[in-house]
Order: sequence, then C-alpha cells, then structure tokens
Amino acid sequence: MIRINCPYCGERDHSEFSYGGDATINYPSLDASEKEWTEAIFFRKNIKGFQFETWHHSNGCRMWLVVERSTVTHEIKSVKPCHPNLQKVVENNK
Amino acid sequence: MKTRRLDNYGKINRDKILSFRWDKKNYKGFEGDTLASALLANNIGIVGRSFKYHRPRGIFSSGVEESGALVTIGSKDRRDPNVRATTQELYNGLEASGQNAFPNVNFDLAGINNYLGRFFAAGFYYKTFMGIPPFEWGRGTAIWMFFEKFIRKAAGMGSASELPDPDSYEHAHDFCDLIVVGSGPAGVAAAIEAAEKKLDVILVEQDSLVGGDQLAENNFDNSQIKNQLENLGIKIMTRTTAFGLYDNCVVGLLERVTDHISAPNVNIPRQRFWTIRAKHIIVGAGAIERHIAFNNNDIPGVMTVNASKHYLNRYGVLTGKRIAIATNNDSVYETAQQLSEAGANVTVLDSRTNFEIETNKSFEIRKGYVPYNINGSKKIHSLDVSKSEDINKSETINCDQVLLSGGWSPAVHLLSHRGVRPKWDYSNACFLPSDSKENITMVGSSRGLWNKNDCIASGIAGTTDALNRLGISKTNYFFPKPGGWKNPIQPLYEVKYKKSRSKSFVDYQHDVTTDDVRLAHREGFISVEHLKRYTTLGMANDQGKMGNIIGLSLMAELLNKEIPEVGTTVFRPPYTPVSIGALSGRNVGKHFRPLRVTPMHQWNIDHGAKMIEVGLYQRPWYYPKENETLSDSYIREASTVRKTVGICDITSLGKIAIQGPDSSEFLNRIYSNGFSKLQVGKARYGIMLRDDGIVMDDGTSWRLAENEYFMTTSTGEAAKVMSWLEELLQTRWTNLNVNVTSVSEQWAGVSIAGPKSREVLNNCVDDSLVVTNNNLPFMGVTSTFLKGNIPCRIARISFSGELAFEVYVKSDFANTMMDLLWENAKKYDGCLYGLEALGALRVEKGHVTAAELDGRVTIDDAGLSKMASTKKSYIGSAMRKRGVLKNNDREILVGFFPTNLKETFNAGTIVCEKNNIKGQGIGRITSVTYSPELGHWIGLGFVKGGLDKWKDTNLVGADPVRNKQMNLKVVSPHMIDPNGERMYA
Repeated sequence: MIRINCPYCGERDHSEFSYGGDATINYPSLDASEKEWTEAIFFRKNIKGFQFETWHHSNGCRMWLVVERSTVTHEIKSVKPCHPNLQKVVENNK
Repeated sequence: MKTRRLDNYGKINRDKILSFRWDKKNYKGFEGDTLASALLANNIGIVGRSFKYHRPRGIFSSGVEESGALVTIGSKDRRDPNVRATTQELYNGLEASGQNAFPNVNFDLAGINNYLGRFFAAGFYYKTFMGIPPFEWGRGTAIWMFFEKFIRKAAGMGSASELPDPDSYEHAHDFCDLIVVGSGPAGVAAAIEAAEKKLDVILVEQDSLVGGDQLAENNFDNSQIKNQLENLGIKIMTRTTAFGLYDNCVVGLLERVTDHISAPNVNIPRQRFWTIRAKHIIVGAGAIERHIAFNNNDIPGVMTVNASKHYLNRYGVLTGKRIAIATNNDSVYETAQQLSEAGANVTVLDSRTNFEIETNKSFEIRKGYVPYNINGSKKIHSLDVSKSEDINKSETINCDQVLLSGGWSPAVHLLSHRGVRPKWDYSNACFLPSDSKENITMVGSSRGLWNKNDCIASGIAGTTDALNRLGISKTNYFFPKPGGWKNPIQPLYEVKYKKSRSKSFVDYQHDVTTDDVRLAHREGFISVEHLKRYTTLGMANDQGKMGNIIGLSLMAELLNKEIPEVGTTVFRPPYTPVSIGALSGRNVGKHFRPLRVTPMHQWNIDHGAKMIEVGLYQRPWYYPKENETLSDSYIREASTVRKTVGICDITSLGKIAIQGPDSSEFLNRIYSNGFSKLQVGKARYGIMLRDDGIVMDDGTSWRLAENEYFMTTSTGEAAKVMSWLEELLQTRWTNLNVNVTSVSEQWAGVSIAGPKSREVLNNCVDDSLVVTNNNLPFMGVTSTFLKGNIPCRIARISFSGELAFEVYVKSDFANTMMDLLWENAKKYDGCLYGLEALGALRVEKGHVTAAELDGRVTIDDAGLSKMASTKKSYIGSAMRKRGVLKNNDREILVGFFPTNLKETFNAGTIVCEKNNIKGQGIGRITSVTYSPELGHWIGLGFVKGGLDKWKDTNLVGADPVRNKQMNLKVVSPHMIDPNGERMYA
C-alpha cells in the first residue's frame, strides 16, 4: 500500500486519495490551438523512476497534491500542495 | 504404520479430553492437539486422496507446508474445505472428513486413476483442447465442454459450502515501530532487543503458541518466553499469519480468532484481517524441510523428519515403529536419537559417505545409502534402498515409516512479495534471501542459519539493523554466516528408479511427478514460469513450499544448468490461504457498499414510494396506488404532472456553493455557454466539457449574489464535478479567487412541476408575490421563506417541460417542506412522482441525461450546439471539433417513434437501415418510455447524420438480445411542446 504524507492531514493510506495525472503539464491557455491542447492532454512520457504526479486527497482535506513517486518502487520523495499559496502556508508552518 | 500416543512425551493437556469426528466416526484427543496429531494418535494413516491419481495420502508435515492432509472441517454452512489438518487445532466436537474421494479416503473408486496415469500427465488439460488422435476428433472447445464436468469432479480438492457464510469477519488496523514475523529463537531475540530499545513491537506467530521450532524440543517451556515478551510490552499475536508484505512496510495479517473454539461467541468475528503499518519489518519465518523424490514417495507413512520430532515432543505421538530416515544432511540425527529413545527402531540412510556425527549409537547409520522405492500402497511395507553410487546394488529394509530430509528451504516468501529475488547458496543447497532496500530484515533460519545460537545472534543483529535504518542508532553489527552444520549437505533431490514406470512425486498436492517435469522439458516448457504453469508445480494451496526446489533441480539437470541459472518463480501473497470472508470483512449484505438516502427518504416511503438505486442513492422510483404496476403508476404520475401538478424528490443532485470575486469568470471558463452576463436572481442551464471536448456533465447554476452561485450537477457526476472544480482552482487557475464547497448534503430539493405548480407553491410561500410570473420568470431565482418561516431557495427550472420550480431547503426542513407542498398539491389532484415518471417526462421533452451523455458524446452530437459559445474560450473549446469529432456522419441525438404506433421497443436497440441489419448499425436507442401525452412508445437515441438525413426513411430497430425487431421512424427529440410554451407559461 502506498502511504502519502499529506501536508495537511499527515501520513495516510493511498485509498484516501485519488490519482490525478502528470503534474508537470503546463496546460495551454483556453484560446490556444487544438495542436497545443492535443499535445497537453494526449501525449505522456512513460517514466521509469521518479515522476511528479497529482493526487487528490478526496477522502481527506480535499487538497490537490504534487507527489514525487517512483514508478518502480513506489517510493515517495516529496509531497507538496499544488496551489502555490498553500505551498507557502505549509512551508511557513514547518 | 503404527502410530501411538506415548505417556511421557508431549505438552498436550491430558486432563482435558476432546472428542471429535473423523469421517463419521468418533475419536478422542487432548487439548493442545492439532487434528493431525490427534489422527496420528488414533493410528489413522490415510487422511486424503490425491488431486489427480486419487492415491491415498497421509500426513507429510506438522505445519503450513502440508500437502497431503487437506481435509474438510465442519458441515453445512460452515463447511470449510482444504484445511491443513496439521495447523487445525483440535476442539471438542470438531467434525472433519477426508476429501476428493468416494465413498471415502480408505476406499476410493476413483483410485483407478492411478492406473491411467499416463493419460493425466502434465499439460493434460491443454491437450484436451487439441482433439483426440488420429483425426483430432473433437478438436476445439466442444470436447472440453463435454469432459470438463467429469474432470472437474475427478480432479480437485474439497468443495466449499454454497450456503451464505454465517460467520462474521472484521478488518482491523494497527501501527507499530517494528513488526516481527515468527516467534522462533531469532524472532523472539529481535523482539526483546527492540522492546528494550523502546520500540513499539508487534510479534506475529501463526501457531497457537510462541516458540517456533523450539516447540519440537523435548524440554522446551514456552511460558517463560511468553512472560518475558509480555512484561516488555510486546504485543503478541498468535494464531496470526503474516500473509503478505506490501509497499511502505505495510503487512497483511490474518488472525484466526475462533477457528479453534467449539462454540464461539457469536459476537466475536471468526477471523480478523489486519493491516499493520510498521516502520520496520523483521522476518524470522523459519525454514521448511524438503522431501526427496523417489518412487512411491507419497505412501501414507512418509513424513518429514522434523515433523515426526514435533509429533513426538509436542504431541507425544510416536509416528512409527520401524522408522527409516533418508537424508543428506546433519539435521536429522537429534530426531533419530529421540525417536529411538522413545522406542522406535530407527535406521538412518545418509547419502553422504564421508562425514562424522556424534550419536548415542542407539540407531543404525548407513552411510552412502539412498531410498529409491517404497513398497506398499495404503501403508508402507518396506523400503528399497541402494548405495548412492550404485543404484543396482539394492536391498530392502522392513519399516512402517519413512522420514525424509532433503535439506531445508528458508522461508523467503515474504521478502519475495517485495520483488526481492533470493540467491542460490551452493554450500547449503538452498535459496537465501537477498538484501532489501526497504526496511525489511531477515533473521534466523529464514536466512539460512541452522543452529539456535546463530539464530538468536541474528535476531539481535536484525534489530540493530532496524534501529540503524530508522536513524535511532549507529551501531555496528554482523549476521552469522549461513549454515551451521558440522558436515556439509550433499545435494539430493531425486533418486531415479530402474523400472520405467514410476511415480516419484515432486509436488504432492498437485500430483506432479518427476516424469511430468521431464515431459514439460521435452515439450519445450523449460522456463520456470512455463514449467510451473504447464505442470502446475507449486500451484496448489501450499504454493510449492516443499516441492519447488526439487522441480527446479530436475529442470536444471535436464538443461545441464545450475539451479540459479534456471531461476525461481516469484512467491506472491498470500503465504497461506486467506478466506474470502476475511477479505470482505464487514462489507457484505447491506453493508456491501455505502447507502445514501435523502433527508425525506422515510417521508417518501411513508407516502408509498418504491425505491430504486441511483449510484449509491436510494431514490423514489414510483408511488403505486393500490394494485398499480410500475407502468400503471408512472404513466399516471407523468399524466398528472402534465395535467395538474407533481412533486419529485431531487435531493440526490450534486450541489456546489461557488463563492468569491472571480466566480463569474470561473463559471464562464468551465461552462460551454456564456455565464459572465448572468444577472443576480437568474439561473442558467450549462454544459461542461472535458479537456478533450467531450461532454462531462450538465446542470444549472444560480446566481444568488454578485459573488455567489449555487450549482447543481447530475446525481452520477456530482463527486467528479466537485473534484474537477477543485483541481482547476488548485492546479491550473491558482490566481482565481474562488472557493467551492460541496453542499449536497446540506440542501434538500424537490421539483414541483405541472400547470398548477405555481398555485401550489404560491400557497406554500410566506410572501405570495415572490412566485408570480413577473417576479419569478422562467429561470428566475429567489431566496425566500416557506410558510412556517422556513428559509428556501426557489428557481423556476423545468426538466419536465412543464411550468416547474425547484425548491431547496436546509436538509433539516425536508419533511416539513414535503408535508407543506404535498398538502397543497393534493388540493389540485396532484401527485408524488418518481424517477420513472421523471424519465418519461424528460424523454418526451428530449432532455438528455446520463443515458445519453455517456462520455462519448459531443455537445453537437447531443443537439445542443447552441449551448457552445462562439464568443469565448472555455474548457474543451479547442478540442471539441478535433479530428473525428468534426466528421459529419457522427451519431446525432434524435427521437424515435415505432412506425406501427402500437409496437414497443427497448433501450439498447440497434438502429439499422432496412436492408442492412448487421453490426453496430447506424445508431442506437438510449432511452425508451411510454408517452402518456402521445399515447404510444417513444425513444431517444442517436443516429448517424441525425434527423435531417433520416426524417422520411423507415429504419429498423434490431434488438438481438430480446430477439425483437421493429420498424422505426426518426423524429425530432423534442417530441412535445417544441417551442416551450408550457415552460414559459
């Protein structure tokens, strides 16, 4: 079982979370071209090793998180809120 | 074999006599017995019949590796098949029977299979598919279908009860610093060391007693150890198996709470399924003694050497009178001595020629001898042995028992669950655990240590390793070297038999013989994974604990390779079987999944509602009067709505409060239609697309104030939409100042629909002016009070196509609101209506729901192109016309009438052109209802090209599932009141 250390709630089972997707995508602006959007939503790298991915603490604080997880071992290196302001709050409270 | 109980041996409680039944006869045993030891004490040798050949089988071991004594415990709804008699504790009244035999294990008619062995060789199942030579008669599945039922009946294990399980099971959770698996010398040493260093420790033992292999020692007293562990605050979990290791030091345990009790308290669960989250795991799971493959090595009376030691010292049962022990290692000599001291005539055959061992000379040792054949069928008459160098020089030893020790295999299973492959150790002829990067440490004989002092030292080293890895200490430590016997082991896996036809068993439980392994090799199944699947070696419920290494060694020999080059299969959880009941825990029956009810659930039921599940929600389906059927009822309800007024519980819709200065901008981005100009006091129907341009959900958003909206979503997509909005705000548009809150549970909602709905509502609100056409026009929103000072929100929204309102009150007021509305609706001959009538009304009107918006449909497909703004960009706008989505032969929403208006049809019907009825046709029907308004059946669905293309063509509805076909015509989806005159009334 993957255990994710939610910055707000503490370490919890992955069953409390929902997997989001690739956290490194910069979504294009809404008026961007079909080509840019196609690039952003359909093309993914198949990373072996650590990747940044979003997880939603859907059965917890409802925070969206960036989780740095190894696709090989499930080891988690870091967990941060997606929202930059929340990131700052977490940093300040450390 | 003559087995008997000895007076001065064993740690059973002779003051407590237990009676039990075996194959319908009564026997007696003692407290502390296992079923296996009690059977042996009663001189019962045959306890099962084998998987394929129905050969008589006895008890091979004294533990979880048992592959012969699989029995059925209990009866009726508590019938539990394939229980290992060696681990089943005896209790008063225990009822057990042999399995896979008719009429019983002593005389089994299917024993004839033993003589048809060559038809049941490896790959037999697969070959059945290939037909019977010479003409491959019956090739394909037909012959398989024919024979399957006979094969299934003949081959196999016990059968499970088909009745509902009367027992309860629990899921439990715990946390600790260190979990130690196994309470042998190593595990106990590790646990004590850790507890003394202030770690929070759980010690898990699958046996009923702590002690591990020491329980087989003649003067071992475990109470002292138990006290010491308890005094240190260690949580001891006996009768508990660590069946699997998972990521992040999570351990799965199965605790057998009442399996050893005759009449358990009904309030106690039978088993507990534990999820333990530890910081470090120490595995001292021990090692398992292997047998040796030679002809007839499965005759009842064959056992591992260590098992007979257990039976002697723990249970006081001497397992034979004249015992032959065959070995290749030092581990048997202590047992040999104890057996002979207990009165058995013992001969040890050691395959090694040069070795020295100290004994009291009470038994004979024959150096350089190996066993190659057992004479006997239901019991052992004698053993043929020969010099290990020269198989032709043979002699026969009279004996009633043959004990085997072909070496020991460390129990590396749990580590293997983590993907750590073991490495072969030549000097000890076994797989040893490799180091793990995770916080898992192997100790004791599960890392190949064969003497007790080394095991204890390894336990302490293991805890030091744990402390270092947890950053608590930085202490040097070392593990003792694997091994520990005086003389090296000599690999011995198989002794070949001279005669061509032989049955040397590698895997007892699945009847896999050495010949099967050779056959697999001849037929090209040489990789271990193929070998396993082709021969089913190691696939029985013992998962090859005894036989796997023998199989690997045979394959290595055939391939002229070494065992490590052949490799080993990966052990996966569970280590020992876990019952389905324990896995499901309390999630059974009505607790199978959560149940959601609306605040007026009971009110609905009290008013005659029949309920239906929508997702997790219970919603009113229809409200039958007297003898009404579903059809009668919904047709009446829908007609009443069109004629006067109806009330429907719509609380299950998702409800989201959207607040903040950027709320309008936010809605404008997520909905395909414009929202920036929506006035305060107005609602708007909106459609959300996904990033890829497909429709995600629809709903309404009400502008309550400048910076405050109330959004409703469909019932099914409520959770998804909420997560989606949060994702957008937290990950993409982090500078938008918007807050979203799910308020689905906070508000109870009803729809009041029908020409009289305004009058009804008018009677229910405090201020009768608020719902007039002027003050509350179509899509108008107001916050006001129902009579009795109940705050409410009202919007003039219509799903039915009639003049209609949605009214929301705080959930606590739900029943009061229902009483009030219903009281007034009755005055206008109104009705309560359920989901079925709601469906009929919306189909008539051509409104889409989840049946149409199935995740494949674009906004244009749904005929809602007008809802797609061209003046702004929004989620999905760039993608909604991509590639195939802009093809002009896409399936477009239309209405369907049967050509013959008296005919009915069903959702799921495939729409085809008249002379081309095949495949997926040109469309599909998604929703069907009887239309009270039109007086015949109507449907909604999709057809390629839409209404324009098929307006005047007769199409065919093909419904192969129901074996129906009907002529259809395509109509506009807006089947009644296309201009919405009623809605705007």
